[in-house]
Amino acid sequence: MAGRVDRHRAALSRGRPNQVPRWFVALVAAAPVLFVTVFYAWPVATLLWSTLDDAATGSPFRHIAGIVWFTVWQAALSTALTLAVGVLPAYVLARYSFRGRRLLTAATLVPFVLPTVVVGAAFIALLPDSWHGTPRAMIAAHVFFNIAVVVRLVGSMIALIPHDLVGAARTLGASPMKAARLIVLPLLRPALWSAAAVVFLFSFTSFGVAKLLGGPTNPTLEVEIARRATQLGDVAGAAALSVLQLVLLAIVIVWTSRRQRHSSVELQGAAAPRRPRGRSQRRLVVCVCAATVAIIALPMVALVTRSFRVAGDWSMSAWTKLGTTEVRPGAGLGVDPLASIATSLRFAIVAAAIATVVGFLAAAAINASPRAGRVLDAGLMLPLATSAVTIGLGMLITFDTWPVDWRARWWLVPLGHALVAVPFVVRALLGVLRAIPADLRAAAATLGASPIRTWWEVDARAMRRPLLAGVGFSAAISLGEFGATTILTRSGTETLPIAIGRLLGRAGALPQAQAFAMATILLLLTTVLVVASGVHERAGIDA
Amino acid sequence: MLDVIGVSVAFDGRQVLDDLSMHVDRGEVVAVLGASGAGKSTLLRVIAGLLTPDAGRVLLEGVDITDRPSHLRRIGMIFQDEQLFPHLDVAANVGFGPRMSGWPAPRIATRVEELLDVVGLGGFGERRVDRLSGGEKKRVALARSLAPEPALLLLDEPLTGLDRELHDRLIVELHDVLRATGTTAVLVSHDADEAAALASRILYWTDLQPV
Repeated sequence: MAGRVDRHRAALSRGRPNQVPRWFVALVAAAPVLFVTVFYAWPVATLLWSTLDDAATGSPFRHIAGIVWFTVWQAALSTALTLAVGVLPAYVLARYSFRGRRLLTAATLVPFVLPTVVVGAAFIALLPDSWHGTPRAMIAAHVFFNIAVVVRLVGSMIALIPHDLVGAARTLGASPMKAARLIVLPLLRPALWSAAAVVFLFSFTSFGVAKLLGGPTNPTLEVEIARRATQLGDVAGAAALSVLQLVLLAIVIVWTSRRQRHSSVELQGAAAPRRPRGRSQRRLVVCVCAATVAIIALPMVALVTRSFRVAGDWSMSAWTKLGTTEVRPGAGLGVDPLASIATSLRFAIVAAAIATVVGFLAAAAINASPRAGRVLDAGLMLPLATSAVTIGLGMLITFDTWPVDWRARWWLVPLGHALVAVPFVVRALLGVLRAIPADLRAAAATLGASPIRTWWEVDARAMRRPLLAGVGFSAAISLGEFGATTILTRSGTETLPIAIGRLLGRAGALPQAQAFAMATILLLLTTVLVVASGVHERAGIDA
Repeated sequence: MLDVIGVSVAFDGRQVLDDLSMHVDRGEVVAVLGASGAGKSTLLRVIAGLLTPDAGRVLLEGVDITDRPSHLRRIGMIFQDEQLFPHLDVAANVGFGPRMSGWPAPRIATRVEELLDVVGLGGFGERRVDRLSGGEKKRVALARSLAPEPALLLLDEPLTGLDRELHDRLIVELHDVLRATGTTAVLVSHDADEAAALASRILYWTDLQPV
């Protein structure tokens, strides 16, 4: 019976001789679509724009539209290039087993955990002067920064496609190219979409890289918001642009999550990576690995090298003069390198403490009450989806009237850092908590432990290791945070990234070299913290 | 029809195939019988061109095809775990081979219907493959590998992992389909009864390689 119904349904949907042709439908639909576009969408858009126009932002529509357009296309191009560059390493690392594979996989994640200021400084050190302040420098850095996303998200999907599935296509007459296009690509589509969405969002809201490399003539929305808030004192205009950015981000997120839902096919099991066989496979593995290592290592090598070069000569002076008054004019824009390191370390400790305590309590609460916990979980994740500059701007606007006039308090900056770090702490803790079998708690109870004692013995104990990792990772986030800090920073308590940004903006060979030296210090501090907390194994992105 | 001459394959220094030779005539259904893990799948992969041997030649109708890529060999294969394309429906799976050979669409549609009828799945064309039962998946895999009219069909433990009743029924069906289509086939199996029921000739794994 069921078979017959199916057969009828199949017959019905196969040939549709009585259906009107597509072009006819399009023709009929054209008039209403045009009507709605011209008389509804256009006026509403104009209205939205005009509120953003002169009154709110103090600059003409054309100017804002240009910034939005630039932000969108640089993000789109960054995304396309990151996918193009990242797919081969993702494929080789997922498909082939060879010596150093695990090390290389870990290395591809390094750029992702680097502070954006370090990435910016490294690309200034690497690229020729003619590239400085150009969109291509910025896009190159975005690609470097986001390769990890592709290697992670797309690679884990490639690892699920059985070797024999491609083999089946080959024995059915598909050339390697056709098998890739008709079998592998459709199966990878969901992973490619989610990787593209993540890279696009990061590039769209990119601040450190865009500010240092894009130059003043090519501001992204995020850079423009910060410029208005800090340099022009135009907080209202900055706020209006922030709202616009939030709306655009929401559109992108909704659209991409739709796309992902559309194209998902289940794959079970995993295809173990194989040793490369034959000359061509070995050559592929060697070439891709060499290229990947070069892409990851070159900017960092350039950064460290350039910190030892002043005006074309090898010199230690950038390092030895970090503490001297030469670059401390004492004026408002003076930079005190050593003091900024001390400030950063102090802020990192405070931020890590806040993030860890809040994250610990949140994770415990979320785990204890699944339903209300989900709301708390989502609420704590929100700062991740909001751009850092927006967070800083929001705090700046909110906390400047009595009784919450905290704008001048030093702890507002580490608090902002903690806000960004909490979601990572919560993710790390929840992963462990949810892995505890319920029977373990039951066993403790039957052995005479009270509920609170059980929680202490089972849950709290399990959280110890991820908690330590959380401390390290939040400290690393605090050390590198640039967007919110740019808005909230006050003279006298500049952090390391702020000092690097200022030094890079100075003319002269010595400040440049000093910026590279400080970026090297930040690079080392971050690396030590990230490696020590072991997050390189379970990187932030799938957290 | 098929000649395998002195083929050797090593994985990570472990010799899986060692100077293996065999011969198959047109229209034969040959079963290669051997213990699990002996390297039978590896042999089929070499014949299908999915694996390049370290030494030895593979000849199809007297022509050396050792260096010919898989998609130009006209050798079909049924994998132990079917490997149906999960993003395509049943009809698109079966029609994949003819499509690769550039058949015109109406002819592909006819061929798909014809083969689905042969394997007893008429009307299943628009089903999703992940909703099929184990036996249905095997039948789709059989139809798919026969669709582009391969010169030779390879079957890797085609009936392993099915329950007894289904296993016995599919043996009969598979036997009939292979005979009805006049397909030359090599199947590898560790089950002597299965081999005897399907094959016109049985080769023992240990006889294929010099000791």
